[in-house]
Amino acid sequence: MTTKQKASITLPAPLAINGGEAVAYAMRQIDPEVVAAYPITPQTFIIERFSEYVADGLVSTEYINVESEHAALSACVGACAAGGRAQTATSGPGLALMFEIVWVASGMRLPLVMHLCSRALSAPLNILCDHSDAMAMRESSWIMMFGSNPQEAYDQAIVAPTVAEHPDVLLPFANVLDGFTVTHSVERVDVLPDEDAKSFVGEYEPERWALQPGGGATFGGLDANDFYFEHKRQQVEAMDNSLEVVRRQLDKYAELSGRKMSLVEEYLLDDAEVALVVLGSSEGMVRAAIDQARADGIKVGMLRVRLFRPFPVADVRKALSGVAAVGVLDRAIAFGAPANALMQDIVMATRTLPERPLLMDFVYGLGGRNTPKQMFREAIDHVVLAKEQGAEPESPAYLGLR
Amino acid sequence: MPDEQAWREIAIGGTEINPGSTERVNTGAWRSEMPIIDFSRCTHCMICWVDCPDACFEISDTRLAGIDLDHCKGCGICAAVCPTHCITMVPESSVPVKSSESGA
Amino acid sequence: MQIHLPLSIRWHGRGGQGVVTASRILASAALRGGYYMQSLPDFGAERSGAPISAHTRISETPPVDRGPIGEPDVVIVLDASLVGQIDLLGGLIPDGAVIVNTPDPDSDSVRRLEVGARQELWAVDGSRIGMDLLGRNLPNTPVLGAFARAVPVLGLESISLALDELMSETFSESIIRANLEALRLGYDQVRQVLQTEVTANA
Repeated sequence: MTTKQKASITLPAPLAINGGEAVAYAMRQIDPEVVAAYPITPQTFIIERFSEYVADGLVSTEYINVESEHAALSACVGACAAGGRAQTATSGPGLALMFEIVWVASGMRLPLVMHLCSRALSAPLNILCDHSDAMAMRESSWIMMFGSNPQEAYDQAIVAPTVAEHPDVLLPFANVLDGFTVTHSVERVDVLPDEDAKSFVGEYEPERWALQPGGGATFGGLDANDFYFEHKRQQVEAMDNSLEVVRRQLDKYAELSGRKMSLVEEYLLDDAEVALVVLGSSEGMVRAAIDQARADGIKVGMLRVRLFRPFPVADVRKALSGVAAVGVLDRAIAFGAPANALMQDIVMATRTLPERPLLMDFVYGLGGRNTPKQMFREAIDHVVLAKEQGAEPESPAYLGLR
Repeated sequence: MPDEQAWREIAIGGTEINPGSTERVNTGAWRSEMPIIDFSRCTHCMICWVDCPDACFEISDTRLAGIDLDHCKGCGICAAVCPTHCITMVPESSVPVKSSESGA
Repeated sequence: MQIHLPLSIRWHGRGGQGVVTASRILASAALRGGYYMQSLPDFGAERSGAPISAHTRISETPPVDRGPIGEPDVVIVLDASLVGQIDLLGGLIPDGAVIVNTPDPDSDSVRRLEVGARQELWAVDGSRIGMDLLGRNLPNTPVLGAFARAVPVLGLESISLALDELMSETFSESIIRANLEALRLGYDQVRQVLQTEVTANA
C-alpha cells in the first residue's frame, strides 16, 4: 500500500491510534443512525471510543446498550430494516452468539456493517486472535474483507457502507481485523478530513425497503418452500455483483485517499516459483520472511487475500498462474473437512489452471500463537521442497505446534 | 399465481412490499369449530373483539355486528373470554351453511 | 547509546504503573518526530499488579512485525521487584541499553539483572519522583524522561507534547502539569551506571 498523497489537499495530521480506535474514528465520520453492540475483548476499543463520541455529542447516532450480541445484531437488523444505517462490532464468541441473526441480516438483504475483531472460539477459553470466528460465517452471504493493520482497519471501514448499500449488492459487510495484532496495535493512521469521509460515504437512501410511513413493507415474513430457494439464488447474484462493486469502490477510495487497496495483493510474485497465500495481519511477517528467503536466492512471493467473500477467483488465478508450488496459510481449522477454509478456496480457484501449482496447507497462529518470521520461513522451505520433489506433501502441516 | 414467479422477478430478501397479503388467505377454511353468537345475551362489552387473535369481530356503530368467518380459525378464545357466555363453539360439520356465506 | 533504526523498546512493569501509557506516549512522540511507529500492549487479560510488558517500535518504514519484541534494543524496567521473576533482559541486543527505576543502582536487584559488558545501564528513582509529584508510585513518566536522555532518538520536547496531547483526553490540567514535571525530572536525574561501579560492589 502506498501513502502517496495529493499535495493540493490539506490532510489532517496522521494519528497515533490503534486499530480499534481507527475503526471508531471512521464510525464517527460515518455517523450511523444506530450502533448497537455488546463489549467483548478484543473489540472493546471500538465500542469504548465510539461511546465517548456519543457521550461527547460528536455523532448523532442512537447508541443502544444491549444485553447480548444476539440483541446487538438484532437491533441493527431492525434499525436497518427501518431505513437507517446501522453498525456493530464484535469478536469470536460474540459472533457465535449472533449467529442466528448473521443469516437473518444477509437473508433480509440489510446492508449493515460489522467490525469483526477476530478471536478464537472457545473452548478451551481463549481471547486471542485466530480466524475461527470469521471462517464460521464465511457461507452466510456477508461480504468479508480482511484488513492487516490499523490503517486498513480505518480505510476498509470507510469503504464498507458504500459497498454494502450499493443497489446491486444490498448485503451486510464484515470488516475483519485480527484481534490484538490490529485492534491493539498503536500505529500511524492517516485519516480523511471529516467532510471528505462523509461525502465519500454519502447518505444512506434505501429505495423502497424502508419501514417508513407511506412506503411500508413487511420484513422477515415466512418464506416457505415456495420462495426461499429463489431468494437464496438472488443472494448468489448479489454476492457476485459485489465483487466488481468492491473493486470500483476501492479504486474510488484510492483516488480520494492516495491509498491503493486491491481485492488481492501481490508481493514479489512476478518471477516467483513458489508462493505463500495469507489472510490478515500476518502478511507483514510473511513479507519479512520472503525478503529473507529472497536474500538466500529463493524465488518466493506472496499473495495476500483482502476480499475473502466473495472470493476473487479470477484475481487469485491470475496471480498464481505460473507459480509451481503454493503454500496456503490457514489460521483456523475446518475440522473433518478435506481441507481448511482458505486452502479449499485456493484449490478450487487454481484447479483449472493449465499448469496447476502444487498446493500444501499450513495451519498457524491458533489462539494467538506467535507468528514469528522464522515460522513463515519454515513454511517457505517446505514449499520449496515440495517443488523440488514435484509432489504435494501430506497436508496440512502445523506451524509452531509443539 | 405468485409462486410461479422466477427468482429474478420477486422482491429481494423476502420483503413483502404490498402489505396486507394475509387478508387474501382464507384462513376460515382451517376451522373445525365455529363461534355462534347469541345476540340476545350479548352486552357488547367488546372483550371478544380485543382478544380475537385474527381481528375477526366486526363492529357496526359501536356494537358487535358479526364475525368475519373467512378469517376466523375457530380457536375459541372468544367463547372462553365472553363474560356472558353468549358465544358457543359448535362443530363445523353441524352447521349447514358454508362459512363464507354465514359471516355477518 | 548509538541510535540505529528500527529501534525497539520493551517495557516491563506491573499493571497499574502506566507501562502501556508510557509506551503509547513514546510512540506518539515518534510519529510527531516523523517516524513510523508502533506500540503494543501485552495481548491478553489486564490485571492490576501482575507483571506486564509493552512494546514500542520506531522505524523509518511501516512496521511489519505486530508481535511482541523478542530482541529489543532497549529494555525499560519500571519495577525492580520483577528481577528474578521474569527474564527481563531476554533477547536484549549485545550493545543495547537498560533503564531501571530504582533508588539504588548498587542494589542487589540491579546487580542480578546481569547487564552485559557492552550494554548500557541507566538508573533513575522514578518511583520517588512519582510519589513527590503525583502522590503515587507512578514511575512511568519519569522513566520516559530518563529514556529521552539515555536513548536520544526523540527530543524531550516532542515527548512532552505527545504526553500533553494523550493525557489531556482523560486528565486534568494539574495532573498533566505534574506529569510534564515528572518527565523533566526523570530526564535531569537519570544517570548512567558504569559497569565498574556495579562490579566493584558485586
